[in-house]
Amino acid sequence: MNPESLSFIFLSAFLINNFVLALFLGLCPFVGVSAKRDTAFNMALATAFVMFVSSSCSYAINLVLTAFDLEFLRLISYIALIASSVQLVEMILKKFSPALFRALGIFLPLITTNCAILGVALFQTSRGYDFLQSVSFSLGAGAGFGLAIILMAGLREKLELSNLPNITQAAALSMMLAGILSLTFMGFAGLGTTV
Amino acid sequence: MANPTKKETPITMDVFTAGLWKENPVFVMMLGLCPVLAVTNSVENSLAMGLASIFVLVCSNALVSALRNFIPRQVRITTYIIIIATFVTLVDYIIQAISLDLYNKLGAFIQLIVVNCLILGRAEAYASKNSFGKSVISSLGMGLGFTLALVMLGGVRELLGAGQFLGYQVFSTNFQPWIVMILPPGGFIVLGSWLLLINYIEQRRTGKLIAEDLASHCSVNQH
Repeated sequence: MNPESLSFIFLSAFLINNFVLALFLGLCPFVGVSAKRDTAFNMALATAFVMFVSSSCSYAINLVLTAFDLEFLRLISYIALIASSVQLVEMILKKFSPALFRALGIFLPLITTNCAILGVALFQTSRGYDFLQSVSFSLGAGAGFGLAIILMAGLREKLELSNLPNITQAAALSMMLAGILSLTFMGFAGLGTTV
Repeated sequence: MANPTKKETPITMDVFTAGLWKENPVFVMMLGLCPVLAVTNSVENSLAMGLASIFVLVCSNALVSALRNFIPRQVRITTYIIIIATFVTLVDYIIQAISLDLYNKLGAFIQLIVVNCLILGRAEAYASKNSFGKSVISSLGMGLGFTLALVMLGGVRELLGAGQFLGYQVFSTNFQPWIVMILPPGGFIVLGSWLLLINYIEQRRTGKLIAEDLASHCSVNQH
């Protein structure tokens, strides 16, 4: 497959280089919000949405920064951009879809410090993606994050019902589970390699 | 926020050592996991990431603490993020200048120190409430604890995954490296194993889990 094609970029961010399980981005919500499937689903939705918005905006802002030779401001402007796009998403949701806003609730502000979002912006810049490629990349990354966190939540709900030794409490067992999930996702590496 | 009525407690050894073990940011509070897993496939990378994080943590906490009475409450998170981003940009350029090879190995994870929840968490939970001296000492302890955890993970992964430690061959050439250890799943599995071991030791020693009494503290920090 052509590694520059839109479908391959999507597939690569979604499965082959899954943001959580292969690149270790966005682990805080992955461990913190994966106890229940409903909340995990909402978190995944919110993250994917913010990822899409901030990725498109950071593409635009990178053009401006490059035009004025201000690359050293890239990190600061991306972070400010993500924080403000989270607030923007919050306001838009509050106005147009109060039901969804209530469901996402506290997760929205948390997304600001989700490294997966900044990761999308930084990776698309360093790989020199054009606008459509960036969109496809951010959609794939959002879908991949959602897949990983929902799979994890399903596994953890099953664990609630089983009898476990004390020492596996807290995050120890979640990490082991994530390791096994990550191992299975490595099977997708056969689909092709990317940068 | 500073609380003028609260009496400032003196700087004790506890302020420094808390971060090293009792409140270790990785093993106990589970903060800043992304770099912990992503760059620990060798001891060298772990050390570099640890030192970069210490620099950013100490500098940003010092600045936040020094400015804590001037930062309006409503925009404090934004201000902290901008302060942190400034120091991360500095580190980014410093590492590029010192060793381009190392910079390429660590990749985007140097810039991702910005969103390390450990740094923002300490700025919000500690530096914004405590004096300059205490914040510096405490963040130094936290940073060293973070580095310790990184090296503990990196050591195991490099030893098993490549048969080396800091680039020196440890096992004979007959040793078959466990490739999985330096791949992504190895990171999760080694961290899980360390957590199991630490839980087991703590349980034997005190009869309760180390994470229990800090669980509430941790969730406050993360959110």
